[in-house]
Amino acid sequence: MSDVLAITEHRRGELRDVSLEMVTAGRDLADQTGGDLHLAVISGDVDDYASQVNREGVDAIHTVEYGEEFNHDVYTQAIEELYAELDPQYLLAPNSVNGMDYAPAVAEGLSLPLVTDAVDLAEDDGLTVTREQYGGKVETTIDVEEAHAAVTIRPAEWPQAEGDGDAAVEAFDADIDESEIQSTVTGFEEVAGGDVDISEADFLISVGRGIDEEANIPLIEALVEATDATLSSSRPIVDNGWLPANRQVGQSGKVVTPDVYIAIGISGAVQHVAGMKGADTIVAINTDPNAPIWDLADYGIEDDLFEVVPALIEEFGGEVPDV
Amino acid sequence: MKILVTVKEVAEVEDEFEISGDDIAEQYLEYDLNEWDDYAVEEAVQISEEAEDVEVVTATIGPERAEETIRMALAKGADRAVRVWDDDIESASYLDVEAKAELLAAVVEEEDPDLVLTGVQAGDESNGATGVTLAEKIGFEWAAVVNQLDLDIEGGVANVHRELEGGVEELTEVESPAVLTIQSGINEPRYASLRGIRQAQSKPLDVQTLDDIGLDADVLESPLAQTDLYEPESEGDATVWNGDAEETAGQLAEFLRDKGVVEG
Ligand SMILES: Cc1cc2nc3c(=O)[nH]c(=O)nc-3n(C[C@H](O)[C@H](O)[C@H](O)COP(=O)(O)OP(=O)(O)OC[C@H]3O[C@@H](n4cnc5c(N)ncnc54)[C@H](O)[C@@H]3O)c2cc1C
Ligand SMILES: Nc1ncnc2c1ncn2[C@@H]1O[C@H](COP(=O)(O)O)[C@@H](O)[C@H]1O
Repeated sequence: MSDVLAITEHRRGELRDVSLEMVTAGRDLADQTGGDLHLAVISGDVDDYASQVNREGVDAIHTVEYGEEFNHDVYTQAIEELYAELDPQYLLAPNSVNGMDYAPAVAEGLSLPLVTDAVDLAEDDGLTVTREQYGGKVETTIDVEEAHAAVTIRPAEWPQAEGDGDAAVEAFDADIDESEIQSTVTGFEEVAGGDVDISEADFLISVGRGIDEEANIPLIEALVEATDATLSSSRPIVDNGWLPANRQVGQSGKVVTPDVYIAIGISGAVQHVAGMKGADTIVAINTDPNAPIWDLADYGIEDDLFEVVPALIEEFGGEVPDV
Repeated sequence: MKILVTVKEVAEVEDEFEISGDDIAEQYLEYDLNEWDDYAVEEAVQISEEAEDVEVVTATIGPERAEETIRMALAKGADRAVRVWDDDIESASYLDVEAKAELLAAVVEEEDPDLVLTGVQAGDESNGATGVTLAEKIGFEWAAVVNQLDLDIEGGVANVHRELEGGVEELTEVESPAVLTIQSGINEPRYASLRGIRQAQSKPLDVQTLDDIGLDADVLESPLAQTDLYEPESEGDATVWNGDAEETAGQLAEFLRDKGVVEG
């Protein structure tokens, strides 16, 4: 009962990186509880995925062969049965989009306390979970005052596990009730194609909600033109329809790795950071000294973009538009 | 048909703030309609405009202050509102996802909606879990992170796109009744018109206590306790250029030239 059960993730035939992060987070926690680390691999080519997650520190891998792709009604049933069989102390799932689709249901079904989007875990006579609040401006610690809990793990927060493991891979014969499967995945669609590929650019100037209004976008466009950069943005700019979807950097947009990334009026929310933390040099222009973007920035200007951007355009001999 | 939309009033923190006890000091907080719930309200209102006889009801767990936000949702086209609050909720030490879902489930039981829309997450707490927890509690099917919705009312199916990572969407058929957690960008939330704001004043806004919805204070007991709230130690070591805008822009320009990313 001091064991940890961690759920892995795959999509369209590929194991997702977060699965290997689950191994690291799970091993860390199991070391603290003094228990074993069990992994669950559900649906798809389970043996292939099982061999990929069989890293150092894994004690057992349980596979559930059922269907190809993720389906929350299958995952929910399989995990609940596996949990009943193994009786672990803690259940870990990724805080991915699919994790958000089954973890709360599993926790509810098993009457487990749930803490989501953990950035740190400490266990000492009870679990303490660190998570962020208010868009990453503060952290909180949550104590779990029960012996068992379910926790979802923030992607890219723990390193990926390395080293070959020798865990036994066992097929778990989950009894999936088909009548409980009330949603059906009918396909996938790739979005955000089009004329530019921001993931290829060496120099990105990226605009966020700090720009305030659509009418101010030409200001950033003028800077982009004067510097021969490529224009990208955070999500709200695309949500508002001010720029097309292929400009969006982040978890649900593109992952970019330019030499220089200038974030203008972007707070640095975790889902944005997921797309740009691999940039070589990050420059922030932001009025808020507490914005999480400063955790990543190499250089920055803590000032009003409406002052700085026109001055910058002039520096490069561009024309400052009337906005 | 009836659509229930959960609407949270979220707290936003000013640039400079102080912490008092285990929360941000009240004077540094501003309140607003949760961004994701704004999209959920819009989605419901659009459905009600396209089909006959659709009632849109909002549900909020929140103090009286939240009525400003609720009126905003009514001004945008919701028909009426339920707000759950009382002294016991006010003094609960930690209102966790499970407890909130329990309260919302009681509202669902009373209202008997065909569809429940929530936001993907609340901007302040970002649990990202209330909608799916609620679905499991009330025995509805669900889908999380929905960025396209096409409702087949007669067929009892919601055809949704779930927005996955990396620009991939999953196409899913969800049997109704269902809970859908709505992602930003699914539509273009309208601004409340003056007429809408005026009408909202006379739309029903019911305040219900735990007792009214048939629950007692036990449901508020949480196995979770928030034990600390602090500013994280900055992991950054950014070089911040100082001076007026001209000076800082000059420094950034020089840096970009040195790096060789900009010529001229
Ligand atoms: C499932 C999911 C997926 C998501 N995927 C993505 C994604 O792919 N990409 C993404 O970007 N987001 C994504 N998000 C949204 C994300 O959580 C944030 O809401 C978003 O990144 C915030 O964008 P922003 O930084 O532009 O806006 P805000 O967070 O509102 O920040 C605006 C910033 O501008 C600054 N500012 C304001 N005025 C000025 C001024 N005059 N001068 C200088 N600075 C100023 C403010 O200090 C603030 O820091 C996702 C969310 C979810 C739940
Ligand atoms: N106090 C509340 N009142 C009404 N709805 C809420 C409340 N808290 C959360 N919700 C709903 O649940 C969604 C997700 O919130 P959370 O799980 O806290 O991130 C929000 O977008 C709201 O729709």
